[in-house]
Amino acid sequence: MAKRYGFYVDQENCIGCFTCQIACKDKNDLPDGVLWRKVYEFSGGTTIEENGVFKSNVFAYWLSMACNHCEDAKCVTGCPTGAMHYGADGTVQHNPDLCIGCQYCRMNCPYDAPKFMEDKGIIGKCDACIDLRETGKNPACVDACIMRVLEFGPIDELRAKHGELADIKGLPDSNITKPSLVINPHKAAIK
Amino acid sequence: MLSKGFEISRRSFLKWSAAVAGTSTLVGCMPTGSGVDGQSAVSQMESSQLNTEIKPSICWHNCGGRCQINAHVRDGVVLSFTTDNEGPDTPDDLQARACSKGRAQRQRLYHPDRLKYPMKRVGERGEGKWEQISWDEALDITASELDRIIEQYGNDSVYIIYASGVIAGAFNQSYVGGATLRLLNLLGGCLTFYGNYSQACYMYAIPYMFGPGYGGSSPTTFEDAELMVVFGDNPASTRVGGLNSTYYFKLAKKNGTRIIVIDPRYSDTVGAFADEWIPIKPTTDSALVAGMAYVMVTEGLHDQGFLDRYCIGFDEEHMPEGIPAGNSYKSYILGESDGQPKTPEWASAITGVPVETIIRLAREIAGTKPCFILQGRGMQRHMNGEFQALSVPILAMMTGNIGKLGTNPGLYEGYPAVKMGSFPTGENPVKTKVSFFMFTDAIEKGGNHTKENGGLQGAERLENGIKFIWNYGGNALINQHSDVNRTTELLKDTSKCEFILGIDNFMTPSMEYADLILPDITQFEQEEIATRALGQGLALYGQKLVEPMYDCKSVYEICSELAKRLGVLEEFDEGKTQEEYLREALEVAQEAHPDFPSFEEFREKGIYKTEATKIIAYKDFVEDPAGNPLPTPSGKIEIFSQALYDMNNPERIPAIPKYVAVPEGPEDPLKDKFPIQCIGHHSKRRIHSTFDNSSWLEEAEPQMLWINPQDAAARGIKNGDMVKIFNDRGTVRVKAKVTPRLIPGVCSLPQGAWYTPDENGVDIRGNINTLTTWEPTALAWGNPQHTNLVQVEKV
Repeated sequence: MAKRYGFYVDQENCIGCFTCQIACKDKNDLPDGVLWRKVYEFSGGTTIEENGVFKSNVFAYWLSMACNHCEDAKCVTGCPTGAMHYGADGTVQHNPDLCIGCQYCRMNCPYDAPKFMEDKGIIGKCDACIDLRETGKNPACVDACIMRVLEFGPIDELRAKHGELADIKGLPDSNITKPSLVINPHKAAIK
Repeated sequence: MLSKGFEISRRSFLKWSAAVAGTSTLVGCMPTGSGVDGQSAVSQMESSQLNTEIKPSICWHNCGGRCQINAHVRDGVVLSFTTDNEGPDTPDDLQARACSKGRAQRQRLYHPDRLKYPMKRVGERGEGKWEQISWDEALDITASELDRIIEQYGNDSVYIIYASGVIAGAFNQSYVGGATLRLLNLLGGCLTFYGNYSQACYMYAIPYMFGPGYGGSSPTTFEDAELMVVFGDNPASTRVGGLNSTYYFKLAKKNGTRIIVIDPRYSDTVGAFADEWIPIKPTTDSALVAGMAYVMVTEGLHDQGFLDRYCIGFDEEHMPEGIPAGNSYKSYILGESDGQPKTPEWASAITGVPVETIIRLAREIAGTKPCFILQGRGMQRHMNGEFQALSVPILAMMTGNIGKLGTNPGLYEGYPAVKMGSFPTGENPVKTKVSFFMFTDAIEKGGNHTKENGGLQGAERLENGIKFIWNYGGNALINQHSDVNRTTELLKDTSKCEFILGIDNFMTPSMEYADLILPDITQFEQEEIATRALGQGLALYGQKLVEPMYDCKSVYEICSELAKRLGVLEEFDEGKTQEEYLREALEVAQEAHPDFPSFEEFREKGIYKTEATKIIAYKDFVEDPAGNPLPTPSGKIEIFSQALYDMNNPERIPAIPKYVAVPEGPEDPLKDKFPIQCIGHHSKRRIHSTFDNSSWLEEAEPQMLWINPQDAAARGIKNGDMVKIFNDRGTVRVKAKVTPRLIPGVCSLPQGAWYTPDENGVDIRGNINTLTTWEPTALAWGNPQHTNLVQVEKV
């Protein structure tokens, strides 16, 4: 198998500004309702007033997520036509010409990465900006990031640099699909 | 009537641009290439960011910074934007990366709801009935109305209203300046304003303490602090992009700076950076400061030496001559003047901050050096905003955290600037200024708006009120001004303000109240320059990306045409082209900055940055107070202001930064009827009201009312439920975001949503100003737009 590529997310320093999400949207000209990269807000705890004063253990953090280009990609194994496939570049790619729009990939992905493109009747998803990468550039989201919390590269190199963690609160067990993803977690997201 | 929908498709804008440019093809459509074996599904030829012509441009609205956005253009169509990705991107030389708003600019440029041709009102004002007219007719009407109103009522009846939609350009300056002001000055001048919706109380009050030319330390010094104490500032949502404050918070955090944020809301800045969040009731920050000051004084933690040397008004030994005893800040703190010591218990009852937190925080601030004490703008957009703003610097003075690396005097951040020329506006012969917030009062009172009753400056009385409003790139006529329902009623009476000119890209709620609308081009359809960022000095050049869309014209062209009709064209353009003016503006920069590039080079690259520097506020003053006195009456920092004292209105305008309880604050008995304090935080999905019509950004963060689970549960409200928020001024209906990220007793309706009344007058988009008041603040004649009591109910 080709060397796997994926994303590093420094969640600890993410401000949830949506710049990556919008940059992806603009670059890929995605219609309303379709996000190939999405910024999720997680918050919890309580903030209450008791005896006239505030008490809080609230937390909030964000997670920017696109396709994790998994090693054991359920979208690929679930695809009946071969449209969803392991690309030679070490990412998971999708061939729209082979896609019949059955959405099995979407149902199989625990990260909600493949999106049904209603206007075309087929699936679309993050291709990690393969067009840009072929010319030596970064994916659009990486170069858009205000806080410089996104990186893309060979996942073994990202793991060597940033650790192995891909399991945080709010994400499915990484054993399911072996995502090419490394996260520096926000303190409140540590499992 | 124009559609107000959010739908935009590549097809619709291509159709329009094809109609204009005649060269477009369907290149931008999402292609379906081969995806086999890692080949791109989007072939490089069809990529929206490859094989394109890259032209630099500018995101220039009113967030406090500007950013570079680079357009990818093919066949005359902007296919996408990228941002500044040049240079090393190290803390000393950061890329001026644009935030989500800058990256959504394609939706502004190609929005199907762009204003496309001149229109004149044919129904009642505000009724929404329009007729398309020619540019000739539109300009003739405007010129003749200007002429008539100046003749009949005088130049001071023509008002350039506050507007910040186009706040950066040389010609395109909506914020009193640029082509508009030059034209009106040539016609004998016009009424202008002082203050602004962002920081009216702060900018009016702080000079009483520090003198004019006040300022803070730069964000590049955050990382040099041991401790940062931040009052009501949320740069992670408000000044996100480019070289603004946010990234420097990351650097500070990385460097081990402890960060404490005081805010009613657990903001994005808190979530990402803060070690501790101190929730507080809106309008009570000055009470928290007083409570901490009490702890410092009674425990002897304060820096008496610093106060003695650099300040007046802290204690009775350092007061201006002739002031009776008991008027110092210390006397106030100890209760010697009013019998109420400002104990932590007193402060806790007002603020909702626990007693032990107040004591601990006071000790921590007093015991940690250097400490960077920072205030944002949210805490001063209140009915007592002046004294909220003046109170925070007290902590810096009491702990000697001024003038040294890693400290800040409790003011906003300072920043380095690129010196740039601007389009020459000439001299305005009219010296009268109205408070930005009092224009409705000036319209309503006609000739009775005065210095005394309305804060007029430069004249005792505005003889004829405001008869002509020039509203260019502004949404403060209706949307961003308080009490929308009262303002719309006022403006419907065309005998008061007789003519309203609107120039904009969209049919905003304010444009709905114009008599004549001229469709403006965006920054993408012309050549312009802009400056400003917070971390490094920044200058940007925006090339013309596409030809003007539809039948739109630039404000410079509009003003030139009006100048021609009014017989002042020769003086207006001096026979020069726009490019010649731009070159002149750049010459100023080239003279001030030896490494500033040539016009051609700057136009090509689109960006110039100064080196990162560490600005330390009041360093010279602290090193040598006698040699470098402040421009205040005493030459020192004035905790006590004689000027404020002499106003003789101690309950509302105290001479020291006391806590001032306000109507519609947490202690108002009106809470029996309207129990919730309603604030309107800045959402990260808009810059004020700009981008409210962007579907990409609405998808990112839909407009919702933030409400605490305690308050929601008491009302049977669940997350996502439709709720109504109301008081005696109006009613809003939106969905609720039930979240512990806000304290109980407070709700927050993110400001800037476009006022959209249904048939019953209920605003179904969620504009905070449906609920706010015209009543100005006591000193600044400013906007208390976060001071509102409301009720919330499930619909």
